[in-house]
Amino acid sequence: MEHQVVEGSKPVTVPALDPTITARGVNVFYGDKQAIFDVDVDVPRNAITSFIGPSGCGKSTFLRCINRMNDTIPICTVTGDIRIDGEDIYDPRLDVVELRARVGMVFQKPNPFPKSIYENIAYGPRIHGLTRSKKELDELVEKCLEKAGLLKEVKDRMNEPGTGLSGGQQQRLCIARAIATRPEVILMDEPCSALDPIATAKVEELMEELKENYTIIIVTHSMQQAARVSQRTAFFHLGKLVENGDTRQIFTNPSDKRTQDYITGRFG
Amino acid sequence: MTDTQSGLLSSQHDWSSAAARKRVKRRYAADRRLQFYGIGAIALSILLLGVLFSSLMFTGYVAFYTTKVALEVPFAADQFDKDKLGDANYRGIAKTAFLTYFPEVTSRAEQRNLVKIMSSGAPYIIRDFVVANPDRIGSTVTIQVPVSDPFDQLYKGVIPRYIDALGQDRIALFEKLQRRNVIKIEGGKAFAATDIFVNPAEIPDGDITKADLHGMVREGFAAYYPKQTSRAYQEILAEDASTQVLRAKIEAEPGIVGKTVTLMLPLAPAYDELARTGASKIVNPRFGDKAEFVWFDKLISAGAISTPFTWELFTNADSRYPELAGLAGALSGSFFALLVCFLLSFPIGIATAVYLEEFAPKNKWTDLVEVNINNLAAVPSVVFGLLGLALFINTFGLPRSAPLVGGMVLALMTLPTIIVATRAALKGVPPSIREAALGVGASKHQVMLHHVIPLSLPGILTGTIIGLAQALGETAPLLLIGMNAFIPSIENMGLTQPAMALPTQIFSWADSPERGFVSRTSAAIMVLLGFLVIMNILAVYLRRKFERKW
Repeated sequence: MEHQVVEGSKPVTVPALDPTITARGVNVFYGDKQAIFDVDVDVPRNAITSFIGPSGCGKSTFLRCINRMNDTIPICTVTGDIRIDGEDIYDPRLDVVELRARVGMVFQKPNPFPKSIYENIAYGPRIHGLTRSKKELDELVEKCLEKAGLLKEVKDRMNEPGTGLSGGQQQRLCIARAIATRPEVILMDEPCSALDPIATAKVEELMEELKENYTIIIVTHSMQQAARVSQRTAFFHLGKLVENGDTRQIFTNPSDKRTQDYITGRFG
Repeated sequence: MTDTQSGLLSSQHDWSSAAARKRVKRRYAADRRLQFYGIGAIALSILLLGVLFSSLMFTGYVAFYTTKVALEVPFAADQFDKDKLGDANYRGIAKTAFLTYFPEVTSRAEQRNLVKIMSSGAPYIIRDFVVANPDRIGSTVTIQVPVSDPFDQLYKGVIPRYIDALGQDRIALFEKLQRRNVIKIEGGKAFAATDIFVNPAEIPDGDITKADLHGMVREGFAAYYPKQTSRAYQEILAEDASTQVLRAKIEAEPGIVGKTVTLMLPLAPAYDELARTGASKIVNPRFGDKAEFVWFDKLISAGAISTPFTWELFTNADSRYPELAGLAGALSGSFFALLVCFLLSFPIGIATAVYLEEFAPKNKWTDLVEVNINNLAAVPSVVFGLLGLALFINTFGLPRSAPLVGGMVLALMTLPTIIVATRAALKGVPPSIREAALGVGASKHQVMLHHVIPLSLPGILTGTIIGLAQALGETAPLLLIGMNAFIPSIENMGLTQPAMALPTQIFSWADSPERGFVSRTSAAIMVLLGFLVIMNILAVYLRRKFERKW
């Protein structure tokens, strides 16, 4: 493992083994304003990577580049190269709808569709034609709910609105919805910021299980959460990647002073 | 953190000082005042609304029942041709049936007046009955037909039998004469004791037939009103009769020529009655003659008059006769026009709003379109009528007066309402739902069709129904494209047939002189308001329904 220690603007990066996602030289602009500056990141397969940093540092913006959610903002432009398994996701020939099915996303505020619990999960597979029969779809829905640890709680009310669940259940429903399209990557944008500690613990447990099969990126404000759940951590500051490496190393022995200041609570 | 002890931020403010208490008091007073203004404004609007509704109901409720007379109609088989049932002499049949109540009236002129009590529509009612029930020919059937409008109004107590013949100013003029003791009553008749100078210059060659006796009478009487500029006093004398009196006097006493005589001149009937009884009543000019009251009273005492509910108000087409006029034509016209309006404005409005809100790039052109849509909502409806007239009728050659064109014009008017409401509803869908749908890989149109539009449907429907309700009450554009056609038949109602709409029907009834149309107008307004209320309830219901579900 190469250990590169450079002070100042150059990011401190420890390359990941077997990366699923590789980003090189990513810049993001909102109109004239640049939000992300020349970011290089590797995200390892079947592990949890957390993006941390103070508010407005661009970690969510960068996350949304990975499933091209930023495309929906008209003034937003992205340059640079992001690859998932070597495939350039900004290739004009790539179908962005398919990409978003392959890169699931969980948002800050639980946002189940105002439809039944069943419909919430069945929607994605249905529009992508992932199942051939009603029975197969039923099985898939059940499997997703089970994976999300929600099946026991909602088994008897699959036809009730998803919005009627508690906040934590709603967020787990959103996770179940995200895995229903059989993604390789799951992006989580501060998934626990609207949840109480018990619900947070459940979601974290779930992430722990999901990482066996999925590559997970989580944006979080909580450094404890990052330290608890992730194997890799990337620290963003003012739109720049400051440090990216093994979580334990970043939290115990950060190479950059800004990282150290942030994780020790000097700013943020 | 250490400098808060000094200066402005120190906690030394005295919250219990007199000035502070006064400030608190003023604040509470201002709060109360504001509340009071609000309550006052609401109370005022409720009051005005109450006045509007009660006056509408008060004038309109009588239109919901009709004064009808029961006719015993013997359908003799020889009166009808089986193949042409509609062609029999129904006028004669109705007249004969009606006259059986009055065997004593035999003169033709009297009979002609008598039949006027019955509505002119009676023969058609009997005809329609026979055409619908040909099996009843040969039997005697009791058919209720409306009485004509003046008697309908009389029976409902809307108009009186007699009215005051003279206004206050006329009575004041007359009272001047009475105060001067000019008016005498002799033998049950009133006279004006008038000094008249029999001017020899006015009698050429002493030939009384060439004399201007009218002038002499007028001049003599005018002396009692030296300062009167209006000629109203001239109505007081029965002038022809007065001239006769003067002529008779001169013929009887030729010696009075060149002298002044005092003559007892008869008064006009209204003033004669005023002099004798202190009040002057004449038969309401909506009726012909006192005899008609006697006949009508006879019908009432014979139990032939009844007042059933006016189903005709909803089943009849328009008519010149208020007792027969109904809203069926207007209802169908409004229905077809609204149908066209809905079918055009709903899809176009939603498509426009969805494109502008979700797909259109934000640039000068879309800004321009947006501003103009908002402006369109403020364009007076009469302008849309002109546009419809110029474009749809004159350029495209579509039929005039047709609900098709009416609906197209109303659609132009409704479009901005629907577009604005739809855009507001689309904006109201939380972005998190769009993100959620995009996040599972829904394409833009799937996000719209599966999530955003269903969620904004309550708002869209509410806006649409409000827009349609506005269109239902719109009058001016319909008048311009001629949707105030007088259509006295409910056959041939359709998209391209000339038609009437509810508001134009109200407009045309309000313009009619017959007394019965006053209550018909109010009743039509009540029907229109009823539809508006139903549409608004529907809007509220739809919103509740879709919102409660999720």
